[in-house]
Amino acid sequence: MLKNIKMKRIYLDHAATTPVSKEVLEVMKPYFSEKFGNASSLHSFGIEAREAIKKARKISSKLINARPAEIIFTSGGTESNNLAIKGIAFANKNKGNHIITSKIEHPAILKPCEWLEKHGFKVTYLDVDNKGMVNPKDVEKAITKDTILVSIMTANNEIGTIEPITEIGKICKKNKVYFHTDAVQAFGKIPIDIKKINIDLLSASSHKLYGPKGVGLLFVKQDVKIEALSHGGGHEQGLRSGTENAAGIVGFATAIKLAEKIMKKEAERQTELRNKIIKEILKIKGVQLNGHPSQRLPNNVNISIKGIEGEALLIRLNEKGIAISTGSACSTKSLKPSHVLTSIDLNDEQAHGSLRITLGKDNKEEDINYLLRELPKIINSLRKINPLKW
Amino acid sequence: MVFQYSKKVMKYFLRPKNVGKIKNADGIGRVGNMLCGDIMYIFIKVRIKRKKEIIKDIKFQTLGCPAAIATSSVITELAKGKTLGKALKITNKEVIKKLGELPPIKYHCSLLAEEALDEAIYDYLKKQKRKIPVLLKKKHQKILMSEKKFKKKFG
Repeated sequence: MLKNIKMKRIYLDHAATTPVSKEVLEVMKPYFSEKFGNASSLHSFGIEAREAIKKARKISSKLINARPAEIIFTSGGTESNNLAIKGIAFANKNKGNHIITSKIEHPAILKPCEWLEKHGFKVTYLDVDNKGMVNPKDVEKAITKDTILVSIMTANNEIGTIEPITEIGKICKKNKVYFHTDAVQAFGKIPIDIKKINIDLLSASSHKLYGPKGVGLLFVKQDVKIEALSHGGGHEQGLRSGTENAAGIVGFATAIKLAEKIMKKEAERQTELRNKIIKEILKIKGVQLNGHPSQRLPNNVNISIKGIEGEALLIRLNEKGIAISTGSACSTKSLKPSHVLTSIDLNDEQAHGSLRITLGKDNKEEDINYLLRELPKIINSLRKINPLKW
Repeated sequence: MVFQYSKKVMKYFLRPKNVGKIKNADGIGRVGNMLCGDIMYIFIKVRIKRKKEIIKDIKFQTLGCPAAIATSSVITELAKGKTLGKALKITNKEVIKKLGELPPIKYHCSLLAEEALDEAIYDYLKKQKRKIPVLLKKKHQKILMSEKKFKKKFG
């Protein structure tokens, strides 16, 4: 309820989505109008679109040190993850039927895995420690002769924990098992080199990176055996049929280029802001940090506040123009809070009282100061009507 | 799950009525649990007026989402000044009606408010060593049972 349109609005939910950069939008515009061609057409209109996509593929591959032919453009992170998990499962079922993943993956990994379980596959969901970290030794122990794929996220979307994917990559290589990583939250924020880390498949999304929604990519290393999910005209190396979203792809590539340029500087700047928030917020009585203190994304803060229900806090902050997110789930059918928070051993109260702040490139220190001024007031006011001692 | 609160729900959430605790309350209803994230306490003070027991004062304390806080506030307003008999007849539907609308996934909050009031009256009658109406007794047992079931299912 924004009574006053001119009210200060501060967006601190960049893990959910980001605004499209002006530069990205400008680059995209012609592909809706004069450069509308179908990249499969042989005439000049087609060539225009084809060349643009070719260039975009090159830019996208460069960020992770891949080859252009190894980039499959998709409709986003969810499709990339589905293609990776199901595509590998179907293509390699003669080799084995076992997949290893973690309990804190995004639903776009967990749901395809659960679906595969209904179709004869076996899935091991690894526990994480109380900081949200997968133990590489657990990955190694879980590998059997039937294992065909390990899928562990690069960094978690809720608590920001960066997983030890270098070690996991080594283990997968040694055991000749494909390694997929869902890098939706990490892509363009922290350096990822698929050669150094031995990644076979990697998912990324455009709208987490100041690109448009509806575009993503899946890196598939050369010679990886994978099946398509969507069949048709054989686009994207036959792995993803459907006329290419030229405008979206060009926008995504531009966003990647911009992200690459500012990555180092932004990571440092946001880490500093993040640490300031953490330091100040922990001064409030009954607040704890969730996730890893140092192995975490530069833009992620996740806390639990005793005696507070997350949704109430979210709505109260929204009244002050501050947009954040919570792991509380008073609204879902099961009433169960976030699977990530319960996996890191938070009790129900801590999980329902969680708050996620995710920074972006446009957040300034004064935004943070405003949050740090308003938050304690709201916490106090909500705690006043709490019947329980906290 | 995506939903939006109505202006009325927001009004009650941001400026709830009858917030707090009643010292030496005549009856206290405690419902909800940490698992679902909502805990609601309702305190009542009962006075006899023309041979009828009336809810003279009523207050609530709630840990929960905006809907839980708004429904708590509404039920206290609906019950204040009513006879116990009439207060027992207040349903969650009336609470929703007073709020204009409530997202369907938040209906359980209005039910929680109804239960909290019932439990407060149950507590009062029990403390007074009075006969508990059959319907209220049944409701009380149902609340206890569902609490148990909930804990078994998710606990």
